[in-house]
Amino acid sequence: MSERLHVKIAGVDFKNPLIAASGTFGFGREFAEFYPLKTFGGISCKGLTLKERAGNPPPRIAETPSGILNSVGLQNPGVEHFIREDLPWIRQQGPVIIANIAGSTVDDYCQMAQRLSQTEVDLIELNISCPNVKKGGAAFGISCESVEKITKAVRAFCKKPLIVKLSPNVSNIADIAAAAESGGADAISLINTLTGMRIDLKTRRPILHNNTGGLSGPAVFPIAVRMVFEAASRVKVPVIGLGGITSWQDVVEMFLAGASAVQIGTILFHDPYAPVKILEGLEQYLSKNGISNISELTGKVQPW
Amino acid sequence: MKYDVWNGTVIRKEALTQDIFDFTVKAPTLASVVKPGQFANILVPNKLLRRPISICSVQNGFLRFVFQIRGEGTELLSHFQVGDTLDFLAPLGNGFPVEDPQKKAIFVGGGIGVPPLLGLAQKYGRNGTAALGFRSKEAVILEKDFAAAGSTVKIATDNGSFGHHGFAADFLEETSFDICYACGPKPMLKAVSKLCKQMNKQCWISLEERMACGIGACLGCAVELKRSNGESYYGHVCKDGPVFSSEEVVL
Repeated sequence: MSERLHVKIAGVDFKNPLIAASGTFGFGREFAEFYPLKTFGGISCKGLTLKERAGNPPPRIAETPSGILNSVGLQNPGVEHFIREDLPWIRQQGPVIIANIAGSTVDDYCQMAQRLSQTEVDLIELNISCPNVKKGGAAFGISCESVEKITKAVRAFCKKPLIVKLSPNVSNIADIAAAAESGGADAISLINTLTGMRIDLKTRRPILHNNTGGLSGPAVFPIAVRMVFEAASRVKVPVIGLGGITSWQDVVEMFLAGASAVQIGTILFHDPYAPVKILEGLEQYLSKNGISNISELTGKVQPW
Repeated sequence: MKYDVWNGTVIRKEALTQDIFDFTVKAPTLASVVKPGQFANILVPNKLLRRPISICSVQNGFLRFVFQIRGEGTELLSHFQVGDTLDFLAPLGNGFPVEDPQKKAIFVGGGIGVPPLLGLAQKYGRNGTAALGFRSKEAVILEKDFAAAGSTVKIATDNGSFGHHGFAADFLEETSFDICYACGPKPMLKAVSKLCKQMNKQCWISLEERMACGIGACLGCAVELKRSNGESYYGHVCKDGPVFSSEEVVL
């Protein structure tokens, strides 16, 4: 892999701009059966909470046209278990490690940021956009005041570069991005899933036991591109673009919209080898077009 | 063997009933390692998610998939023709534990829960009894295949149009067995688990759930399990199953 794909986000070097998106990738063990985890520039681990969380009752998955609704509900073994059982293994695999954290109270987030700051994780991603939990989660991510407040509070405890992951379920994403930046975010990532719902015609019940869930996959890609464009136009900190990316062309599009790196998730369920194919495609595209580094594409869209 | 993405040519296709199809797919490397009860996550055109389909049996380098049209995905799968290539992720899940083929086993299958039991029947040979339940005479599948594997075959239909008028689980009490394997609708699994508990017999059940990744990463296919201390938690059908001891599942 050449230097063409190298990116730097919040002072951290990524060998390539492809990051596994939190919640689609566990802690990487399952995908390590297909290829070395260092195929990815970074991995954003499954969202962690202070204590173990059981998650939501099934069904948790519903397919939609070009998308998936999920309501997993942050099932995870808790931050201490992660530090003890998973982190040492992931560290050996090579990619940049992003710990994604979620909580019910501001204090939960602060405690986790403080704890993870004492470990070998490289960056912390603040998940204030999970639509599938009753308390906290997305509730912190939908007003500018609360986004700025929680970012500022966590910033004080966080000794690692801090990414704030934004919810698309808001009326003005640029304002939210600006609030995260003024709260002290070193980078922002977007979009998390859009809240959606499907209903079974026979039973007249929602397919998801949680009634609603988060929509991801190619269906949300154009929304993600628009929001990355709006957010990146407003803030100076780097923007990590995600939401429905399936190909190298989508990655280039995200960069043009303003992304400095990208995350991929749902496509992995369709084709576990997608990252390998995307990286090959990007490498060829950059080389063919004489682009010495992918960062040159960031924000290069020419709006009408 | 660990799972991977494979491509296999469909070399035989047969409609067993109006909505149940039987595919034979060439997969020499896989066929030698697949265990009864494991499954594949199969790609279908124009769908984001793969479809989890049980592996019915393996023979001489070929896998057999017997599936029912249950929605758009399986409908699209049924359109594959002989000569087409299937893209599938396999082998997935743990499959049925075969402890001792000298023991007497009963395979209790309901409807499209019958196919995943055939591989087991082949392991147990004449020590197996297949207790198979279907809606009606027209829905009966794989009767000859279980007989060819050596099993004593007992058929039940809901409407009495063929075999015993009743349920597959009705055969448990009249059959002498050491171990029970079951796959089918939840009410059937509940009945089988309860009976085996009363009879103090070991019972393994195979479950299904809406699934995405198939490998244990997305945590989509949750199933409520209980620990020995009675505490319940969510395990996952794809990675922890699809086969579970009936004692550990909250049905």
